[in-house]
Amino acid sequence: MTTTPPDAAFYEALVVDDATELYEHAPCAYLSTLPDGTIVKANATFSAWTGFDRAEVVGCRRFQDLLAPGDRIFFETHYAPLLRLQGHVREIAVELVGRDGARLPVLVNAVVRAGEGGAPPLVRAVLFDATERRAYERELLEARRKAEESERRALTLARTLQESFLPPAVLDVPGLDVAGAFRPAGDGSEVGGDFYDVFDTGRGTTAVVLGDVCGKGAGAAVLTSLARATVRAEALRTPSPGAVLQGVHEAMVRFHPDRFLTAVLLSVRSTSTGVRLTAAVGGHDLPLRMSAGGHVDTIGTPGTILGMIERARLTDTTVALAPGDVVVLVTDGVTEARRGRELFGFDGLAATVRAYRGCSAQELADAIITAALEVQDGQARDDMAVVVVRVPS
Amino acid sequence: MPDVLTRNNVVVAGPPGARPIVFAHGFGCDQHMWRLVAPAFEDRYRTVVFDYVGAGASDVSAYDPERYGSLRGYARDVLEIAEALDLRDAVFVGHSVSAMVGVLAAAADRSRLGALVLIGPSPRYIDDDGYVGGFAQADIEGLLASLDSNYLGWSSAMAPVIMGNPDRPELGAELTASFCRTDPEIQRRFARVTFLSDNRDDLATVELPTLVLQCTDDVIAPDAVGEYVHERIPGSRFVKLRAVGHCPNLSAPEETVAAIKAFLGER
Repeated sequence: MTTTPPDAAFYEALVVDDATELYEHAPCAYLSTLPDGTIVKANATFSAWTGFDRAEVVGCRRFQDLLAPGDRIFFETHYAPLLRLQGHVREIAVELVGRDGARLPVLVNAVVRAGEGGAPPLVRAVLFDATERRAYERELLEARRKAEESERRALTLARTLQESFLPPAVLDVPGLDVAGAFRPAGDGSEVGGDFYDVFDTGRGTTAVVLGDVCGKGAGAAVLTSLARATVRAEALRTPSPGAVLQGVHEAMVRFHPDRFLTAVLLSVRSTSTGVRLTAAVGGHDLPLRMSAGGHVDTIGTPGTILGMIERARLTDTTVALAPGDVVVLVTDGVTEARRGRELFGFDGLAATVRAYRGCSAQELADAIITAALEVQDGQARDDMAVVVVRVPS
Repeated sequence: MPDVLTRNNVVVAGPPGARPIVFAHGFGCDQHMWRLVAPAFEDRYRTVVFDYVGAGASDVSAYDPERYGSLRGYARDVLEIAEALDLRDAVFVGHSVSAMVGVLAAAADRSRLGALVLIGPSPRYIDDDGYVGGFAQADIEGLLASLDSNYLGWSSAMAPVIMGNPDRPELGAELTASFCRTDPEIQRRFARVTFLSDNRDDLATVELPTLVLQCTDDVIAPDAVGEYVHERIPGSRFVKLRAVGHCPNLSAPEETVAAIKAFLGER
C-alpha cells in the first residue's frame, strides 16, 4: 500500500469542518434542554427537520411540546424519569411534530450533564432520523402480531381437536363407574396422539378403548380420528375386542403403512349375576386390576403393535370382575413419567391405585394424572391419558 | 394465597409502630420513583414502597389480565399489602394513576387508609362532553404505538446492567436497566387501563383527609384536572407545586416532601 500526500481538498475540508460547522450541520439534530425540557440550544439540522426557526423554540418551547400527544405521555412517564434517575436514555423512539404538522420519526439518545458551580444540569439530546427504520419496524410488529394471532388460533384448534378425541370426563355406564382424565404435554399447543373412548355397543356391552398413536400434530390427529372411528365401526360388527383391533390394524396397514399405534380395548358386560370383562391388547401395557382387597395384577395377553407388522397377533382374554374391582388403562405418558432416574412406572401407578382404594373412578383417574405430574415436577413431557373402570361394591 | 410481600416486591423502612405511609408508583416505572422522597419520611413514619404486579421487580407470573383489567385490581394490590403488613390509619401517597387507585382502595376498605395524598391525579384523561382531560381517544392509540416502537428498541433479551452514576452519587449504583422496563403486553394493558378509565364518580366517595398536589405545566394532568379533583373530593386541600412536569417526586423531591409533611401537620 502506498501513501499519497494529502491534497488541497483535504486541507480545505479540515479547515471548513470545524466544531461549529459540525454541530450545526451534523447529520443528526442536536438539542440541549433544561431538565424540564425547555430548549436551550438547537442546531441547524433540527431547524431544517422541524421547520422551526431557532428563535421559535429556544427558551419558549419544551422538547415534549414538539412531540405527538401519545409520545408526550411516553416522554413524561418514561423518558423524564429515566433521565432523572439514571442520567441518560438510549434509543427512545418518538415522533417530532414539525411546524407544518408533518411527523418525523426519530430515535433519541440523551445524557444529563451535571451543572457546575450550582448551575442547573443540562440535558444533551441527539436525534436521528428513523423514518425508514420505523416503517420497517412497523412491518415487523405487524408480522409479529399476525404470528401471535395464528399461534393462538393453532392452539385453539389443537385443543378443540384434542377434546374431540376424548368423551366427557364422567361417563354414564349402567352398573359401572367409569371415568377418564387427560393432560396434554407442555402447553397443549400440539395435538397429541393419545385418545380414549367409551360407548355402548348396542349388544349389552360397553366398549372402553384407550390408545396412543405414534407422533404428534396434524398427522397424528388424522390417525387418531381413523382409529377411533374404526373401533366404533368394527365394534358394531363383532363382539370380539381382538377382532375389532384386528380391523384397526388392517386399516392402518392399508391406509397408513408407515404409521402405527398401540391400544387396549375392553368389552364389559354388567348383569345382575356379575361383571365380565374381555380385553384385547395391541402393543400396549396390559390393563392394571386391583381387587377390593388391594391385590394388584394385570389383565390380558400382550399382542402386537397395530399397523407395525403384516400379521397382527391379538388375543381376547375374559375375566370376571368382583365388586370393588378397579381396572386402569393408561398411556405411556403416565408410566414413563420420570424425574432423572426416578420412573413413575407400573409401581408408581399401582401405589397410586392402592392409595385411592375406595375412591370414585374420577377421583382415581385425576389422582393418577396428579401423581405422574408430580414425578415430572409439574411439567408433562408427553400426553397422559387415563381411563378407570370400577365395579361398585 | 401467594406471599403478597414478595409478589409486590414490598420494601418497608422506618420505626415499627410508627404511622405507616404507603408510596404507590404510577404508570411507566416502579417504586424507584420514590427514592428521593420516601427516605425523608423514614425518621417518623413506617414507609412502604412496592411494585404493582407487572411492574418493576414484582412477580410477573402473578399478572392476571382479568384482575388487572381494571384499576380495582390494582387497588386490591394496595389493600392486600396493607393487610399483609396489618397497616392501620396509613397515609397513601399515589402518583399519577395511583391517585385513583388510592381513591378506589379507600372506598373498598375503610379500615386501612387514614389519609390520601394525590400527586398529579386525573380521574379521566380523555376529553368528554364539557370535561377537559387533556387527551383525545386517538392520542391514547398514539401512546400504544409509542410503547410498541420503544419495545422494539428495548429487547427483552437485553441483559440488565448495573449503572453507576458518577455525576449523581446520591442515586447509588443499584439501579438497573430494568427500571421502566416491563413486559410489553402488560405495559400495553396497563396503559389502556390507566388512560381509558373514568373514575370521576368515585371522587365523591372519598371521606379521608385528602391532599391534591398539582404540578406546573403538567401535560398529563393539567391544572384544570387537578382542580376538578379538588372540587369533587369533599374537604380536600389543594396545593400547586412549582415543580414542572408530571413527576415532582423526581424533579422536585424537597418541595414534594415539604408539601406532604405540611399536610400531615409536620414541619
